[in-house]
Amino acid sequence: MKLNTKRFIISILIASFFIYSVVIYTVGTRVDKGEKWITEQSRQGKLLFQKKNCIACHQIYGLGGFMGPDLTNVISALGKGPDFAKVILSNGTERMPNYHLSENEIDAFIAFFTYTDKTGISPVKDFNINYNGTVNWKDKNEKGN
Amino acid sequence: MKKEISVYFILFAILALLSGVLIGIIASFQFIIPGFFNIIPFIKCRPLHVSLVIAWIFLVSIGGVYYYLPKYCNVSLYSDKLPKIHLWIFILTGISVITSYLLGIFGGREYWEFPPVLAIPVILSWILFGYNYFKTVFTKKDHWPVYLWMWATGIFFFLFTYIESNLWVFPYFREHLIRDITVQWKSNGSLVGSWNMLIYGTAIFLMDRIKEDDSIAKSRLAFVMYFLGLTNLIFNWAHHIYIVPNAPWVRYIGYGISMTELIILGKLIWNWKKDLTKALQDFHILAVRFIVASDVWILLNLTLSIALSIPAINIFTHGTHLTVAHAMGSTIGINTMILIASCLFLIPDVTKVQFNKLEAKFISIGFWIMNGLLFFFWIALILAGYFKSHLVLQDKLSFQDIMLQIRPYIGVIAFTGIGILGAMLMIFLPPVNMIKNYLIKK
Ligand code: HEC
Repeated sequence: MKLNTKRFIISILIASFFIYSVVIYTVGTRVDKGEKWITEQSRQGKLLFQKKNCIACHQIYGLGGFMGPDLTNVISALGKGPDFAKVILSNGTERMPNYHLSENEIDAFIAFFTYTDKTGISPVKDFNINYNGTVNWKDKNEKGN
Repeated sequence: MKKEISVYFILFAILALLSGVLIGIIASFQFIIPGFFNIIPFIKCRPLHVSLVIAWIFLVSIGGVYYYLPKYCNVSLYSDKLPKIHLWIFILTGISVITSYLLGIFGGREYWEFPPVLAIPVILSWILFGYNYFKTVFTKKDHWPVYLWMWATGIFFFLFTYIESNLWVFPYFREHLIRDITVQWKSNGSLVGSWNMLIYGTAIFLMDRIKEDDSIAKSRLAFVMYFLGLTNLIFNWAHHIYIVPNAPWVRYIGYGISMTELIILGKLIWNWKKDLTKALQDFHILAVRFIVASDVWILLNLTLSIALSIPAINIFTHGTHLTVAHAMGSTIGINTMILIASCLFLIPDVTKVQFNKLEAKFISIGFWIMNGLLFFFWIALILAGYFKSHLVLQDKLSFQDIMLQIRPYIGVIAFTGIGILGAMLMIFLPPVNMIKNYLIKK
């Protein structure tokens, strides 16, 4: 391969890296179905989620550690919900440490999970597989809950 | 006598790897026995494990580049001082990261769980590394072999994608969950691609040096594969986040580009017998042996990773141990095998001492044990992932009951982990001994 060909390809690739990055930061991630649920409290909750490193055990959208359950939809999950989450957050369990959280902190977490719940579904259990290997599933809001 | 700085990189790397694996073993037992070794609870073990093993990957890759460049690439390092500064920054940052974990001070981001201020020295060290590297290689007028391109790419892209992984400190990124997760996994995906560039570059360099034949490293095919790899580094990361509701085309691009890896897989299989026969001729050379093992792991893992990149399969496997199987297969099976090969090449080269028969035997037994156990470890993760996926979709059992069902597999992972650590000790004992003799020699 000629040096100039290599230079040409690498320039194109580097340029497309930067362009694609900007596209992702903007149009690629513009829509957030939970946007209305972003509040001061949910913002705090998200930061707190990071500061306490909850991701070591839990997942959001299936990403994170595997010692605890995915928390994306804990607020709307059958048999769970805000009160259930509050109990766990205040007391811990055999496997989950008790963080001795304040009332405010617990509310911040609940606000954060209320927001994550509105953004989408994880894990996706009800889906259709297409012939080309892609997958479709209905958004919660489209199902009416 | 002036001591070679790369030897210190390797020494700290081995220390990081062995302690990282030990903590990984503790963490896996914490899955089986709640409250196990509570001096370092799981919430601290996990980030310690990840950061230490990543430190191993970087220290060997970087130390190797600093050594191979002046010794074998017909250039002299632009600065001999910068590598020393780099090492110091690395170690001081490393100590700060470990301390922050032990004190429970987190930034809480997957892979980089330390507070974001510590990203500043990390970024600084990569700027120094890049400055030195580019100042050095740009004096080289003849055509670069592919590994020089790959190292350059690894350094350049690591710097930018690492900065990207810290964009969450700005509310524009952090507060919008979909954007936050998308950008986080865009950068994480590309970061892994970047260190793979450093490591695969090292593998090609080693084979080139050992065979004293640079035709492969300058071949057209090598460059086609390199550009294909780089395209994947830039565009294929969306397979980590197919279920995150960002713009649909993000997923399609990720899926489409990921499938180009089939070309790489095809090339591997096509040349398999020929390449293997050739490599087996040099199987007695310890470094070659580890590279042959990494080739086998590439075949296994690439097949797995292509499968996991198909949305119709990913929807089942995402968020299960199948993802972990892929991560462990590539970081241990591929990356670590190549990096061990680099250690086994570099240390005798620096110290001008060869492994004696007994030492070679030791390393060789360690090699077989490590690979054998890693295979069971990998299969156990695949099975754990398969059953978790199945049970989650059935939606009948509670989370704890699902965890109980897959516990036997986690047990296999924990126990094979102990064996892998033992095998690593066998492999590293002779080279560490060699380094010790070299360092105490006046
Ligand atoms: C050491 C691991 C660990 C850490 C760290 C951890 N959790 Fe948990 N968490 C668990 C486990 C395990 C469960 C499941 C309950 C059980 O069986 O113990 C759980 C359950 C929960 C639940 C109920 C979810 C459900 O679907 O049942 C919530 C909410 C929760 N955790 C929030 C948090 C938050 C917020 C943090 C950070 C402050 C956190 N957890 C940190 C392990 C952990």
